Amino acid sequence: MATYNTSEFKAGLKVLIDNEPYLMVDTEFMKPGKGQAVYRTRLRNLLRGNVIDRTYRSGDKIDAADVAEMTLQYLYNDSKNWFFMNPDTYEQYSISKENMGEAYLWVKDGLTVEATFFNDKPIGIDVPKHVELVVSYCEPAARGNTATNVRKPATLESGAEVQVPAFINVGDIVRVDTRTHEYIERVTKS
Amino acid sequence: MRRFFEDRGVLEVETPLLCEAGAVDEHLDPVPVDLHSGGPLGPVRRRYLATSPEHSMKRLLVGGSGPIYQVTRAFRDGERGRLHNPEFTILEWYRPGWDHLRLMDEVEELIRGVFLEAEGGAPEDLRREAARPFERVAYREAFLRALGVDPFRSTVGDLTQAARGQGIAASSAPREEDRDGILNLLLAAAVEKQLGYGRPAFLMDYPPSQAALARVKEGEPPVAERFELYVRGIELANGYHELLDPLEQERRFADANEKRRAAGKAELPMDRRFLEALRAGMPSCAGVAMGLDRVLMLAVGGSSIDDVLTFPIDRA
Repeated sequence: MATYNTSEFKAGLKVLIDNEPYLMVDTEFMKPGKGQAVYRTRLRNLLRGNVIDRTYRSGDKIDAADVAEMTLQYLYNDSKNWFFMNPDTYEQYSISKENMGEAYLWVKDGLTVEATFFNDKPIGIDVPKHVELVVSYCEPAARGNTATNVRKPATLESGAEVQVPAFINVGDIVRVDTRTHEYIERVTKS
Repeated sequence: MRRFFEDRGVLEVETPLLCEAGAVDEHLDPVPVDLHSGGPLGPVRRRYLATSPEHSMKRLLVGGSGPIYQVTRAFRDGERGRLHNPEFTILEWYRPGWDHLRLMDEVEELIRGVFLEAEGGAPEDLRREAARPFERVAYREAFLRALGVDPFRSTVGDLTQAARGQGIAASSAPREEDRDGILNLLLAAAVEKQLGYGRPAFLMDYPPSQAALARVKEGEPPVAERFELYVRGIELANGYHELLDPLEQERRFADANEKRRAAGKAELPMDRRFLEALRAGMPSCAGVAMGLDRVLMLAVGGSSIDDVLTFPIDRA
């Protein structure tokens, strides 16, 4: 199995700890007192998303994780699994709801996502930072109210619920931020 | 800073960067340089860029220089990070007749002066912290506070357990010979980041196994008369009540070479001129080395020494 030596440590490495894949988010060279050099690292678990701190001595090795990325297109879901396709090979992959995390809120037919594979199995996806979705339900727009600071809940075609300005109607296409769940702007008026 | 030393009658000196030998330390790797006698085709003479001016300055002390200081470059191979550059600037000074405790008071005065009177002014919160009396905390106390383990008396098993709690992967079964290695990891992972917040702190009374070039004070347990200064978790200086015994010094160098060999590193030549000087008799003294880049970094409110280096190693 491939390994990484402490001198190869850098942000972005994918490593294996206790048989789980981690992404090295940050690493710092340290040399306390007159002692041996050590490397303090911050690692994100690619399965669960939690972040841990690990300290290694100069010369220590960690196993590389067999992690790969692939661009996939969303097809459909059966509420237990979400199905995607590699647009080049037409090969299909399913990702469990658990591994989808919050991403399931934002996918719609045809959306392109970055999927992460661990030991050849998909373990999660990254949705684009901004997506455009159709409003499937909200209270009707208050007539004449064009203020942007008055908000109301709206349900989007993908199932996500976001706060939108009062002038938004069912059928409008809005752009939202998938990280903050915030409305950004109206793209098309129905 | 130069005024600080001038006012106190400390003489500025300059010593060579290219030396035949320097400190022999398990974890300090000098940059080798090959010179040639009598032109580029002549026989090779191996020299090393100084990892610190310590040996040369001590030879001056033996020669009767009295109190001396120096601002110079130092070179350490393989050291690169947020707080490290293989080439960096050291302020080092020696006080004949003083012990490390008296020197700590002077270090405190200097650092306070630098932060309070820095050109343009150090960040307000740092000025406030530096104005307060510096803390003095024993190595043992710092470990008990941060981790609840006693670096002198806890078993290596207990220390390893504490290390696991700090997310340190144990690379092998705990061994007594590795006690310093484990303590070092704990210092880096958990203890340092609690030192020098709210006000600067001196860490002192080190285990004798980490004395380096410091004297060991008999007691229960014996402690090394060594200190380090921390500001906000960052080590700024390392000082000793200096070891005078040439035999003990030679034994420590030999021991370090033994450990280098075991770790697969090249052995380093003993600095015979330095040992000779010690044999001639060095006056009792205290000395300290300070990382000036880091001091400057803090004074300008930076977070990496790259903020104050004209060209860090990757761009030099």
